[in-house]
Amino acid sequence: MGYFAVKGGADAIQNSLELLDFYRLKNATSPLEIHQIVSQLRIAVGKIMSEGSLYAPEYAAIAIKQAEGDLLEAAFIIRAFRTTLERRFVSEPLNTREMFIRRKISASFREIPGGQILGPSMDYSQRILDVKKAIETKDTIEQILKAFDDKIDKEKLAAITQHDKVIDLLNKDGLIQKANTDEDRRLTDITREAIRFPAPRSARLQMMARSETGALMSMGYSSMRGFGSVHPTVGELRYGSVPVRIKDPRGRIRYIGAVEVTEAEMITGTKKHNDKGAALFSIGYGLCFGQNDTKVICMGILDTTLRNPDPSMPANDQEYVLYHSEGIEAMGFTNHLKLPHYVTFQSSLNNVREAVERNK
Amino acid sequence: MIEEKKFVTQYRFAFIDEATKREIRRKLLKAIAIPGYQVPYSSPEMPIARGWGTGGLHVTLAIIGPKDIFKIIDQGSDASVNACNLRNFVQTMTGVETTLDTSKATIIQTRHRITEEVLNEDQIFVYQVPQPEPLRSVERYENKTRQMHGEADYAKMWVSLYEQFVRHGDIMLGAGYPVKVNGRYIMAPSPIPRWDIPNLNNSKAIHLFGAGREKRLYAVPPYTKVEPLEFEDVKFHIEDFKGTPCFRTGYKKAFLDELYYDDGSKHYVINDSNFLDKLVNKELPQQHENSYLNKLGNEA
Repeated sequence: MGYFAVKGGADAIQNSLELLDFYRLKNATSPLEIHQIVSQLRIAVGKIMSEGSLYAPEYAAIAIKQAEGDLLEAAFIIRAFRTTLERRFVSEPLNTREMFIRRKISASFREIPGGQILGPSMDYSQRILDVKKAIETKDTIEQILKAFDDKIDKEKLAAITQHDKVIDLLNKDGLIQKANTDEDRRLTDITREAIRFPAPRSARLQMMARSETGALMSMGYSSMRGFGSVHPTVGELRYGSVPVRIKDPRGRIRYIGAVEVTEAEMITGTKKHNDKGAALFSIGYGLCFGQNDTKVICMGILDTTLRNPDPSMPANDQEYVLYHSEGIEAMGFTNHLKLPHYVTFQSSLNNVREAVERNK
Repeated sequence: MIEEKKFVTQYRFAFIDEATKREIRRKLLKAIAIPGYQVPYSSPEMPIARGWGTGGLHVTLAIIGPKDIFKIIDQGSDASVNACNLRNFVQTMTGVETTLDTSKATIIQTRHRITEEVLNEDQIFVYQVPQPEPLRSVERYENKTRQMHGEADYAKMWVSLYEQFVRHGDIMLGAGYPVKVNGRYIMAPSPIPRWDIPNLNNSKAIHLFGAGREKRLYAVPPYTKVEPLEFEDVKFHIEDFKGTPCFRTGYKKAFLDELYYDDGSKHYVINDSNFLDKLVNKELPQQHENSYLNKLGNEA
């Protein structure tokens, strides 16, 4: 009996997996190619790299295809893959001042060094369903590309330079609060060591860089809307590519490539430090792989809230924010309710039946 | 275009990279050295979802060797879909022999049950733990529960048990009844039914607990005292099946599943699938002995 029962479970899994493939492929459409996903689903790929915690656009695209577009599932696949990889090097700190800027906006000033650059953004796209997308062909794509190319002034391309940040301007005027010297500034690695509370800022930012976008958004929103007190101004939001360098075994710094990141510096007013001097501005910081404004803005809000613990506001509660915005853990655990629980249920059933007896 | 060979991946023995396996083994040694204490560990993501046995897998994959014989059960059953899936994963990643026979296994991974058959000194019992913190029901903050454990400050827990008695006439905790290990730490025995709790006490086997999502490992070493929390006048008790026999074997001294058939009729059958198979085959497996079980009537 035992063997056949086990085989039943194994067969059920096998059949379920075959059905999964069948449902994906049953209409025999032409296969989604990985490079198509990388380029045409750019935002999704960035999201998976950020939540999956691995900068690998092609692998992220495979995961999206494998998960049939379920981004939580795709990020999970990438995280699991990440476990099998050896950490060969630790990069030098990224310097986002070196960013090749594709988008750069500030809500704090009308003009900023280098100007406001909208770049590729859906902000003003007027969310009208563009039915023309349904009949896109290789020809129409080529026309668009050619028209775009003709408009570009090739000589100006080379003139793109790096620009000062908005916070540099404020800093020069002495308007930004210096970091609190009492703050826990240990550099931990949450992927090698379980997070402990109160967590240092490094651990908090690492957790949030991997958090699920929607979860971070809802917690950041809660602080602005009424369950908190942080309503910041976007000091600067940047999207672009930043060089990554490592130190080789002989101690030489080597360039190994660039990563696309979005970065937000969110400005809020701050309390007086030790009740002395004037109340200055403080910066909440957000950074993640790919282009994801929502995520870094909310991360910036939550960086500020988490530096000001307050149990009366959910977004100011480290354990609440960090544990519950971890999408892969939250998804796994909420879905585990589908597993059989008849032993634990039998145990409570026994208790309730006895309680009914006692009350007769 | 991407060349196909670029994506060919080979996985190492037992999936997890060696450095992380060593880290998990170090943390397990610490857990064994401080019975019942929760040791934080890296808890890398597995290709199994969080909450589906990742902690158990970390432990199993960190300690398994090519000569081990692996058994895995879920809700007492070798046949549960999730048990099948994890068995397949461990077998694929290690090539070890797997078994359904409790007495033959060297590593037994479980969710929610201890086997009815007694364990021996050569066996390691690995638990999948959803919530490692026994105090979570009385204190939501991890920061505070760690402090409470450090100071052995279990007053809130005792008060909550007392309140349950006052409100309901009994301690209403079902599976996962809190225990005190080695006279020091209060521990969540993973949600095993109360029936299994006494079998942790003075066990010959090593019991290792892995809570993947919460990133904690803990252990009950062999021959360690494990006591359920109880008062002098309100005692812990195991599930009472009131002498109901298993409908297939007539056996009365095992944890039972309640089955409902299409015609609405109710049947009780032994939960532990291997124990049931052995009784059906008249193999007479040796059962755990404890004061609670010994009070029960034996076979029909």
